[in-house]
Amino acid sequence: MIPGPFSYHRPASVADAVKLLSKLGDEARPLAGGHSLVPMMKLRLATPEHLVDLHGIAGLKGIRRDGNKIVIGAMTTQHELLASDVIKTSLPILHETALLIADPQVRYRGTLGGNVANGDPGNDMPALMLVLGAVYRLEGPGGGRDIAASEFYQGAYFTALEPGEILTSISIPAVAAAHGYAYEKLKRKVGDYATAAAAVVLTMAGGKVATCAIGLTNLHETPLLATDAANAVIGTSLDAATLKKAAAAAVAIMSPAADARGPVEYRKHVGGIMVTRALQRAAARAS
Amino acid sequence: MAKTHVTMKVNGAEVEGLVEPRTLLVHFIRENLLLTGTHIGCETTHCGACTIDIDGMSVKSCTMFAVQAQGSDITTIEGVANADGSLSALQEGFRMMHGLQCGFCTPGMILRAQRLLKENPSPSEEEIRMGISGNFCRCTGYQNIVKAIQYAAAKINGVQFQEAAE
Amino acid sequence: MNDMTPTREQREAKLEGMGCKRKRVEDIRFTQGKGNYVDDLKLPGMLHGDFVRSPHAHARVKSINSEEALKVPGVLAVITAETLKTVNLAWMPTLAGDVQMVLADGKVLFQNQEVAFVVATDRYAADDGINKVVVEYEPLPVVIDPFKAMDADAPVLREDLAGKTSGAHGPRKHHNHVFEWTIGDKDLTDAAFNKAEVKIKEMISYHRTHPSPLETCQCVCSFDKIRGELSIWGTFQAPHVIRTVVALIAKIPEHKIHVISPDIGGGFGNKVGAYPGYICAAVASIVTGKPVKWVEDRIENLTATSFARDYHMTTEIAATKEGKVTGLRVHVLADHGAFDACADPSKWPAGFFNIVTGSYDFPTAHVAVDGIYTNKAPGGVAYRCSFRVTEAAYCIERGMDILAQKLGMDPAELRLKNFIKPEQFPYHSALGWEYDSGDYHTAMKKMMESVDYAGLRKEQAAQRAAFKRGETREIMGLGVSFFTEIVGAGPSKNCDILGIAMFDSCEIRMHPTGAGIARVGSKSQGQGHETTWAQIIATEIGIPADDIMVEEGNTDTAPYGLGTYGSRSTPVAGAAIAMAARKIKAKAQMIAAYKLEVHEGDLEWDIDGFRVKGLPEKTMSMKDICWAAYNSVPPGMEPGLEAVSYYDPPNMTYPFGAYICVMNIDVDTGVYRIRRFYALDDCGTRINPMIIEGQVHGGLTEAFAIAMGQEIRYDDEGNVVTGSFMDFFMPTAVETPHWETDFTVTPSPHHPIGAKGVGESPNVGGVPAFSNAVNDAFSFLGSTHIQMPHDYWRNWRTAKELGVFA
Repeated sequence: MIPGPFSYHRPASVADAVKLLSKLGDEARPLAGGHSLVPMMKLRLATPEHLVDLHGIAGLKGIRRDGNKIVIGAMTTQHELLASDVIKTSLPILHETALLIADPQVRYRGTLGGNVANGDPGNDMPALMLVLGAVYRLEGPGGGRDIAASEFYQGAYFTALEPGEILTSISIPAVAAAHGYAYEKLKRKVGDYATAAAAVVLTMAGGKVATCAIGLTNLHETPLLATDAANAVIGTSLDAATLKKAAAAAVAIMSPAADARGPVEYRKHVGGIMVTRALQRAAARAS
Repeated sequence: MAKTHVTMKVNGAEVEGLVEPRTLLVHFIRENLLLTGTHIGCETTHCGACTIDIDGMSVKSCTMFAVQAQGSDITTIEGVANADGSLSALQEGFRMMHGLQCGFCTPGMILRAQRLLKENPSPSEEEIRMGISGNFCRCTGYQNIVKAIQYAAAKINGVQFQEAAE
Repeated sequence: MNDMTPTREQREAKLEGMGCKRKRVEDIRFTQGKGNYVDDLKLPGMLHGDFVRSPHAHARVKSINSEEALKVPGVLAVITAETLKTVNLAWMPTLAGDVQMVLADGKVLFQNQEVAFVVATDRYAADDGINKVVVEYEPLPVVIDPFKAMDADAPVLREDLAGKTSGAHGPRKHHNHVFEWTIGDKDLTDAAFNKAEVKIKEMISYHRTHPSPLETCQCVCSFDKIRGELSIWGTFQAPHVIRTVVALIAKIPEHKIHVISPDIGGGFGNKVGAYPGYICAAVASIVTGKPVKWVEDRIENLTATSFARDYHMTTEIAATKEGKVTGLRVHVLADHGAFDACADPSKWPAGFFNIVTGSYDFPTAHVAVDGIYTNKAPGGVAYRCSFRVTEAAYCIERGMDILAQKLGMDPAELRLKNFIKPEQFPYHSALGWEYDSGDYHTAMKKMMESVDYAGLRKEQAAQRAAFKRGETREIMGLGVSFFTEIVGAGPSKNCDILGIAMFDSCEIRMHPTGAGIARVGSKSQGQGHETTWAQIIATEIGIPADDIMVEEGNTDTAPYGLGTYGSRSTPVAGAAIAMAARKIKAKAQMIAAYKLEVHEGDLEWDIDGFRVKGLPEKTMSMKDICWAAYNSVPPGMEPGLEAVSYYDPPNMTYPFGAYICVMNIDVDTGVYRIRRFYALDDCGTRINPMIIEGQVHGGLTEAFAIAMGQEIRYDDEGNVVTGSFMDFFMPTAVETPHWETDFTVTPSPHHPIGAKGVGESPNVGGVPAFSNAVNDAFSFLGSTHIQMPHDYWRNWRTAKELGVFA
């Protein structure tokens, strides 16, 4: 399990990285935490001729408030998310989810940008980005552009990133202070991808759901926003019948693959249960 | 493939070497530096036998290229013992609590536990189990590894180690 | 006597002998990263070898083109079956009497089979080389389902066996048949079933899994052309056997082969056999004249070297209405993969599966095992197991639970009713074994009291009622397992490997200053022999364990041993150590008598030396005797103090234990929660309780993994779908339950120190405890037997099939 040969580049600025990636074309891959790419290279399922390491670029890291948004540099690691008070207080669902990603060592290296940008349907953060209405900042040879997370995912490992473009930061609009949240992830063990997972962010008013967004992980070739399921719970007090209806609406849009985690029917079934449990837990947390 | 010159600090000493860009850090450590205490168990970033400490992070050195470690400060198991050569609190804890059998996972476990205790000097059992969940052990069933880390935490904190009752 | 004279307790404690929780001597180096594992070895000019492997499970190899590979910088050679044929090594014998391709000869028979061996200056170049070897395959139909392997129209897998109607173990009845092995009285057993009041019949499968030690299989071979000597450093659980096998197949004189097992990073049965990597590295070294290293990666380990289990056991028990068992009948379909490479004693093609009557007094039993070939990896190793004992224990322990369910009896009560009674030992089982000792009732009752078994059953009843009322979605299961193992292979009358009797050995040399070295034929892979062997010697001859160095694994210095697996080290090597120590002690007694000017018979042993009976102040310590052995031995006696013992055990040993698992399962997701696991082990005399506890923890963790998800699974095309640590269930500290351990002590009457061995008990007894807990949880909903592994989705499927979601 040895990677094929490649040339290593370590640009010091986003502009240089973009220039390199554009010049080197299809044979180049950006390298962030490397925990998806490097194992693929060892199996020679990925054989890039050039790696453009983004670790040398100052300014791709960090978490800051910008008006009513929180902006997170793409190279911010899961470990840094976990250590951040801003995240803990303002976007606690990111904290909860980061803890469920891989294992401690991987979290020191694995980045939020890598997690959301490589298009792996098993990654946990993309569903959250949909739920939170995140916007990705991309820099490319033609300049910068913003794209909503909801527009970003097109298929398994297939995203709106154009050749030469890199993700530089993620902006997440502030969530109501009184919101409830939950990320329910069923996995076989630490380090595994989700058999099924659901992210919920909601607000309550007078005992009823006022707003709600539901995201799904690893239940389709892209992360999903379960809009019908979310609409089904708005205005309700999450009674049993509503939960059942919401779960069914979410299951209706799932199309997971059968794998060692279980057959399609099972993954959809537990997908529905993750939605139910996430809704209940989020509601209990909302004030 | 042209080789690149790298320099880094390993266990307090400046080291250098010529590597291909694709040379994995674990191979550089084991084969160039001849520090063979860092082990390779799976090569797919699961088992944690290759865990080392880089710039204050626990890292699986099978999933990082040596060129990426340019200029960094690394600790491997060979740099863990006390300055006088005696076993560190963790090394002693592993021995006293029978926290190892074949010894293959031990260096990675100790490096990981060392970082865990730096970040959380008095972890609960659950925090310890979560904290070492990136390291597989096939021999011990983990229970005595947890005790070993508790032993070390107590020793570092200067309190009496109390083995949890069954 | 002055105040400085140590007390008896102090003298005893100083020895750190048997029964002491002695801290391990190995740990000093292991905790500092100073272990010496195979891959740590770096010899001048060393080359690396790596395999081109088959992507197909069954295919004809049309051509192998190495041209481009040989152009890769650093690649020196590409070895294929054609190369190996020139030295008659394209095929190698297996330990089970079959032959196995070293490299694909005409066709491949399982995915990831070795096809070509690329030799290069380093592992990077070797990997580059294997990616440039072009192999042309013609895919053939595959046989994956063992139940279809002997269909009349099943594809022929082993063309090399065409026309052979018999193999190493008797007649073959089909082209994919390996052997049939039967034991027991068929007529008597059939008669018992004919008149049985109650019968159960169930096909109980023990799925294919893998030992997967953290260190994979690896070796360095170095051939010295001038001396004609071959040195092999390898991850060998049985280094002497490897030396003999190499001598036999490579035609190198055995004294010119040096096999060294350095520190080994876990074995669990994976490192008993001989693999193509060893042969290819040796040939490559002979061809190139340079040392050659071969290191398996994890995917290769999981998919190519030595699976375990894959036994499909149709199990029938006959009993009276009152629950007294009257007969046992088992037919096993044993999936051996492409080659029969089981690592069993040679005359035992199904290992000691005939321990399947377990802890129960069956008046009659009959077993038939059909071994078959499929397009899967070869092997059939004893994964922390004494040769199919785990399969047998699982079979009978599931069977007893199924019978209890049919009878409406509590499974613990059914077991108590059928146990072999203490006064029946030594007990002759219906399938031919002589159980050495046991007190099953005491162990079972201690377990039941310790966990408040009656209280747990009450809680379960309440939980079931609540589930039926719709108040909870969790169900609760109690998994009882009472296993009897058969370990310590074994007596020469029935155990050998390739004709070599399965004795073991020890040589002790005491030095003049009272320290010594013990060299043993066993080989630790983490069991801590350097610590425990010294403890046996300490107690036997009164020299502190700290003053005894234990050395294993070097075939040039250690006496011939059969290695460490099948929990045989303590029963066999442990006995050899005690016997060698007693030879030392006997000579020491003669020296002491001479020095103390008394008759030998006037001396008695006292902790760390001899004293004259009736004159307690007239003593001579063993340390002083060691000195005397080198300067003033009795006239006519040879100087020195050394002994060698080869121990041929008179019988196996029969450790046993009572385990219970308490588990809750969420029927909506299939997620289980191990609430409690209690393991009581009786391994006879306990040498080091700390190490025993560690062994039990580790074995239980493996059992947990196997029962709850760890499998080598193939799809219909023969692709391994669980070939990496992503999908092969390897629990972390988070999933692993907390273990409670306990013990009783029933010494083995025939073992010099009464010890029985413990390493494998927790794997053997643990798997049925977990599986019985799952089965017990679901039983009230109408299930009889649920196959392992019990991972989440399968538990959910069971719930669904039982109508839980209707």
